[in-house]
Amino acid sequence: MSAIETSEGGLVARAIDWRPLVLVPLLIAAALPLVGSPSTWATLTLAGLAMGMMIFIMASGLTLVFGLMDVINFGHGAFISLGAYSGTLLLLPLAGWLAADSLALNFVALLAMIGLAMLITGIAGYFFERVIIKPVYGRHLHQILVTVGGLIVAQQIIIVLWGPIQITLSLPTALRGIIVFGDIAVERYRLIAVVIGLVVFGGMLLVLNRTKIGLLIRAGVENREMVEALGYHIDRLFIGVFVAGSALAGLGGVMWGFYREALTPGMGLELLVLIFIVVIIGGLGSVGGCFIGALLVALTANYTGFLAPKLALGSNILLMVLILLWRARGLYPVAKR
Amino acid sequence: MLRALLSDDYPRSRVLSAALLIAFFGLALAPFLFSGSQSLNAAAKICYFIVLVASYDLLLGYTGIVSFAHTMFFGIGGYGAGIALFTWGPSWSSLSLGTAIALVLSTAVALLIGLFSLRVRAIFFAMITLAVASVFAILASQLGWLTGGEDGRTYQIPPLLRPGFRLFEQDLFGVTINGRIIAYYLVFLTSLFLFLLMLRVVNSPFGRVLQAIRENDFRAEALGYRTVLYRSIINCVSAGMATLAGVLCAVWLRYTGPATTLSFDIMLDILLMVVIGGMGTLYGAVLGATIFLLAESYLQNLMGLVSKATAGLPLLPQLFDPDRWLLWLGLLFILSVYFFPTGIVGKLRGGAR
Repeated sequence: MSAIETSEGGLVARAIDWRPLVLVPLLIAAALPLVGSPSTWATLTLAGLAMGMMIFIMASGLTLVFGLMDVINFGHGAFISLGAYSGTLLLLPLAGWLAADSLALNFVALLAMIGLAMLITGIAGYFFERVIIKPVYGRHLHQILVTVGGLIVAQQIIIVLWGPIQITLSLPTALRGIIVFGDIAVERYRLIAVVIGLVVFGGMLLVLNRTKIGLLIRAGVENREMVEALGYHIDRLFIGVFVAGSALAGLGGVMWGFYREALTPGMGLELLVLIFIVVIIGGLGSVGGCFIGALLVALTANYTGFLAPKLALGSNILLMVLILLWRARGLYPVAKR
Repeated sequence: MLRALLSDDYPRSRVLSAALLIAFFGLALAPFLFSGSQSLNAAAKICYFIVLVASYDLLLGYTGIVSFAHTMFFGIGGYGAGIALFTWGPSWSSLSLGTAIALVLSTAVALLIGLFSLRVRAIFFAMITLAVASVFAILASQLGWLTGGEDGRTYQIPPLLRPGFRLFEQDLFGVTINGRIIAYYLVFLTSLFLFLLMLRVVNSPFGRVLQAIRENDFRAEALGYRTVLYRSIINCVSAGMATLAGVLCAVWLRYTGPATTLSFDIMLDILLMVVIGGMGTLYGAVLGATIFLLAESYLQNLMGLVSKATAGLPLLPQLFDPDRWLLWLGLLFILSVYFFPTGIVGKLRGGAR
C-alpha cells in the first residue's frame, strides 16, 4: 500500500542531503565554549567519537534488517550480550597473550575474541531468524511481541550459562593506559575503537555501494517486489544480512565489554534502548543516518555527562525529541517507510 | 440492568461465563471465603492487575499498538499516591491530590509520546515507549530525595483503611471487619467500576473505530476517521487507567518502589496476561490476570522442587531455579503468540460456535 509514495521526490532527492551531515561538527563546535578548556573538550570529543563508533557497530545491523525486510528485532540486544559473553570463553586459553606486554599479541588475542563472538552470534542469529522471526513476517505486532520474548529468553539463558553476577573484564596490557598529545589525554583503547568503527563503516559503505550484493540490498530496501520479480531470492539475501547484523552486534558487544570493563546479563536490554534512540534519530533503515545518530547520541552523552551529570540521562531523549521535531521520520527517512 | 452494566458485551460462551462468575464471586467474597492475609493480598493484586491488564488491552488488543511504557504509567500512579501520602500525611485529601497530580502527569506524558510517535508508524511507538520507560525507571531510582531510590517509600494510609480500625463491634460471618477489609473492598469496587467503564469505552462507537484502525488503519483513515486522534485519545485513556491501577496498588501495599511498579518484569507479566487471556477482549484480561497470578506462586514453588530434585545433574538445576522464572515465562509467551494468538477467551468462544 505504501508503494505509491516511492516516486515522490524522484531523482532530485537522490542528491546528497547535506543538512544532517553538518549536525555532528556543529555539536562538537558548540560544545567548545560550553566546556571551556580545549584539552578537556578534545578528550571528551574523542571519547564521544569512540563510544559513537561502538554504538554504530551495534545499531547498524538492526537498521539494515529493518530497511531490507521491514522487521524490527527487539532481540538484537540479546546478540550484544551473547557476543560479549562468548568473547570471554577465550579469556582463559588466551590469558598469556592478553597479559603479555606486546601490542601485536594483545591485538591478535582481541581479534580472536572478536572472531569467536561474531561466529557465535552469527550462528545464533541464523537460528533466531529461522525459528523466531520467520513465522511472523509482515506482522509487526507479532514481530514485536515474539522478539521481545526472544530477548528475555536469551537473556535468561545467558544467566543460566554464565551466572547472574557481573563479570569484570580487564583490557589487554598494551591497550591499557593513555597516550598524551600535548595536553590532550586519549585512552588507547578508544583510539582502537574509533579505528575499528571506521573500518566497519567504510567496509559497509563499500559493500553497499560498490558490490552487486550491496546493489541488491539497496534495491531491496527501495522496492522488494521488483527485485524479486527480477529473479533474485531476496529471502536468502535477507538471512545473510540478518546474520551479518547479528555478528556485528557480537563485535560491538565484545568492544563494549572491554570499554566498560564489565559484563552484566542486563547489558543487552540497556544497550537496546540506546540503539533504538540512535536508529530512530537516524531514520529507520538508513545506515548513514544511523552513523550520524550514533555519533550525536554519544557526543551529547559525553558532553552532558561532563557539564550537567544530572541531565545526562534525559539528554538522549531530549536529543531524539529535537531531531523528531525537525524531521518526524528521523534524519534520513528511507523512502517507502 | 445487566445488559447496561456489561455494555451489551456478553461473554458469549457458557464456560467463559462460568469462569467469569467464579472469578467475580471469588473476588467479591474473598475476605469471607479465604482466611489469612496472604490470600487477601493475592485477591487485591488480582483486582488491580485486572485493571492494569485491561487498560493495556485497550492499546494492544483493541487498537493494535504495542507500548512498553505501561508500567511507567502504573508507576506514576503508584508514586503519585505514595509520595503524596508520604509527604503530606495519611489523609484522604493528600491521597486524592496525589492521584490527581499523577493522572495529569501521565496523561500529559502519554499525549507527548503519542504526538511524537503515533503520527508516523506503530513500530516507532513501541521503540520510543521502550526508550522513555527505561529512562523513567532509571530516573525514579536516581531521584532518591523524592522517590526513596531503590528502597522506595513506605507510608501510612488514611485511618479508615488501617488494620487497627473496626467497623462493627461484632464479627460478621466470623470475620472481623477491620480497616484492611474496607481497603480490600475499596480496591475491589474501584477495580470493578474501572473495568465496567472500559467495557463501556470499547463497546461505544469510539471503540468500534479503534477496532477498525486495528484491522486496517489505511481504510479507517479513508473512511474519514482521523486515526492519529483516535490513537492519541485511547493512549491517554489507557495511561490514565494504568495510573489509577497504580494508585490502588500503592494504597493496598502501603509501599511504592521500583520493583513493584516500574520493572520490566511487570511489563512482561502484563504482556503475557493479555496474550494468555486473549487480545482484543477485556474478559481476557480478567481471566489472564487471575490465572496467571494464581499460577505464579505455585509454579515457582514447583520449579524450586524440580531444581532441588535435579541437584546433581549439570545445567538442569540452574534451568529450574525459581529465579529463572522469566526464562519459562518468555518461552510460554513466544509459544502463545504463535499457537494461541486468540488466547483463552478466543478458544472458549470458538468452541461454543
